[in-house]
Amino acid sequence: MSNFQFTRRGLIKAAAATGAGLAMPTIISPAFAQNQAGYTNAPAGGTVTLGFNVPQSGPYADEGADELRAYELAVEHLNGGGDGGMMNTFSSKALKGNGILGKKVEFVTGDTQTKSDAARASAKSMIEKDGAIMITGGSSSGVAVAVQALCQDAGVIFMAGLTHSNDTTGKDKRANGFRHFFNSYMSGAALAPVLEKMYGSDRKAYHLTADYNWGYTTEEAIKSSTEAIGWETVNTVKTPLTQTDFSSYIAPVLQSGADVLVLNHYGGNMVNSLTNAVQFGLREKQVNGKNFEIVVPLYSRLMAKGAGANVKGIFGSTNWHWSLTDEGSKAFVKSFGEKYGFPPSQAAHTVYCQTLLYADAAERAGTFNPCGIVEALEGYEFDGLGNGKTLYRAEDHQCFKDVLVVKGKENPTSEFDLLEVVEVTPVDQVTYAPDHPQFAGGNLGQCNPGA
Amino acid sequence: MDAIILQILNGLDKGSAYALIALGLTLIFGTLGVVNFAHGALFMLGAFCAVTLSRLLTLSHTVIDETKTDFLGNPLKVDMPYVNDIFGPEIGSTIIDWSVPLSILFAIPVMILIGVIMERGLIKHFYKRPHADQILVTFGLAIVLQEIVKYYFGANPIPTPAPDVFRGSFDFGAAVGMDPNVIIYPYWRLIYFAFATVIIGAVFAFLRFTTFGMVVRAGMADRETVGLLGINIDKRFTIMFGIAAAVAGVAGVMYTPINSPNYHMGMDFLVLSFVVVVVGGMGSLPGAVLAGFVLGILESLASMSAVIDLIPGINQVIIYMVAILILLTRPRGLMGRKGVMEE
Repeated sequence: MSNFQFTRRGLIKAAAATGAGLAMPTIISPAFAQNQAGYTNAPAGGTVTLGFNVPQSGPYADEGADELRAYELAVEHLNGGGDGGMMNTFSSKALKGNGILGKKVEFVTGDTQTKSDAARASAKSMIEKDGAIMITGGSSSGVAVAVQALCQDAGVIFMAGLTHSNDTTGKDKRANGFRHFFNSYMSGAALAPVLEKMYGSDRKAYHLTADYNWGYTTEEAIKSSTEAIGWETVNTVKTPLTQTDFSSYIAPVLQSGADVLVLNHYGGNMVNSLTNAVQFGLREKQVNGKNFEIVVPLYSRLMAKGAGANVKGIFGSTNWHWSLTDEGSKAFVKSFGEKYGFPPSQAAHTVYCQTLLYADAAERAGTFNPCGIVEALEGYEFDGLGNGKTLYRAEDHQCFKDVLVVKGKENPTSEFDLLEVVEVTPVDQVTYAPDHPQFAGGNLGQCNPGA
Repeated sequence: MDAIILQILNGLDKGSAYALIALGLTLIFGTLGVVNFAHGALFMLGAFCAVTLSRLLTLSHTVIDETKTDFLGNPLKVDMPYVNDIFGPEIGSTIIDWSVPLSILFAIPVMILIGVIMERGLIKHFYKRPHADQILVTFGLAIVLQEIVKYYFGANPIPTPAPDVFRGSFDFGAAVGMDPNVIIYPYWRLIYFAFATVIIGAVFAFLRFTTFGMVVRAGMADRETVGLLGINIDKRFTIMFGIAAAVAGVAGVMYTPINSPNYHMGMDFLVLSFVVVVVGGMGSLPGAVLAGFVLGILESLASMSAVIDLIPGINQVIIYMVAILILLTRPRGLMGRKGVMEE
């Protein structure tokens, strides 16, 4: 070994330099583009630019790709192309298929990488360089909260993509931001009655929770709603977000005397923890004289695909599913399916709705001014976008609609046919007061038009 | 007590993966003196050998099933694997079911080839460059490899299950007369541990009992002298690079049923494996294996909720704390040779 000019210090220095280079956040300047129209990025010519900020790289890239497909479809429909999709079933008839307010819709895209700093940098670039009037998309609550705050300061509207944490419309709510997706509280409220019906009220639950914001709010929501039906919470354990092998967290579950395992995990965490739990044979075990059960509070079809056959028979909740048979869902599945050859995911549905809702609000308000859009969306009730009657509540800009309780399908007919809808929980059952403790703190503030 | 036994079992399994990757890293460092940041990517490529073979085995032609409809209301297209046509449905589905173990046969030649190409094509040009350059080029290579995999296979994890007979878990507690369900362990993880032991044993035996191995060991000790004896040590070291790649590759293949593989899995293991190598002693093969198992077990024990309650966050930092402790008190690592890494 004597011929190697290699020192420990040298190795550590080189490794630290490599790491620091990779971790360096994008440095962004504070100035935003403004103009004379009284609000940021007022469209001047015959076009209006929307900014689609989705994960194009990183672990949620597949979800981001599905979001982009839906955005492109929405833009096509807004500009009068294709079969019009859900514009035909939407209860508001303000959209004419001639763009928004007569301006042709164009779009730019950014890559959030599912990192808050990268997402802010790409949103900022779309607002400053490309003149985006609205930012939408994303697949993480951390990103949604960060980009929502940026949009509030910049004076543009933020239409959130996938974000399930209570905080997005709770303590981190902003006047310029709106969420079409459901949240942790709603998952708990929708799941608990179904779990009681299926597994009874005498159960002992063990929670494994991803150690970040979304994990905490989901654990709190599921814990309080299952305790309300008589379940006991035996233990709650936080697992690092970077964990890939969950065996050391799953192995002690049976010893704890628990007979239900709740996996407050999403994405790769969910795929791995569920796969590990099934490997340990938990679902074949009998504890306290009952079959051991696993619950996944937030399901996504794209993630269920990663877990394969392990999802069979496991309950969870989801925002929307392509097998719904209302007119809006059917129209969307048809246009998306014919264009791309497979059914859309809940991510695709959410962002398609967000784009239509923004465009519709601008039409109804007669302006792109964010304060006009906010006024048009606050307290707005509509139907025909796939989840029945829906309300955008003025107090917190959260969307209230029916929530789906789903189960991993026993005999799937295709790789898209992984979940079946067990119950459509009516909106009243998942509605809460704006000052509910799980949403405490935070201030919506005033809409900010920017310039 | 039961909980501790259970976590030790768990640790052995985690340690198996760490040890296999660290063994390959140490082989490369010991022979070529290169710190190979692309080694995690080799583990990932191995896992994707399993995915590729499983895709090859399930290559299908479509059959229209008139009795069912797809999501648009058209007749359902069902994929019918060619393997079923050739061998009949029963043998066909058994072959598909056993795709992960079969992948080992597929992965070994593929990984040796990838290893040799990597060494001859890129890394050999960096032997005389500073270590910082070597780290940057191998790290860059790792990113390129994972982006290529992501391009072809997508970002989502791909389920690659173990054969049906190995699903479920073995009840150790019940086997030794304790209460059932107290100490259970999945069959496939037991197989992984046994497999790792065999591979590690085979690598050691190869180095110890073959002439080739003897020359390589001599080259690791004093490359110059071996060269002066007229032996082409570079060629042998290239082959060792291929073998190290194959070890990482089969470790990846066998790991696929434990966690569905994704393009990023190599990076998840890379940093830990480096810590394992440093703790075990740079260049020491037994050290890498020992440290792999020790750190695997420590990591598992630190994940027990009793321990986390006592010291919050310990599960995330335990390995690095041990590494700091070792570097401060014994810079050459547990089994490193005196003088190595000590200034």
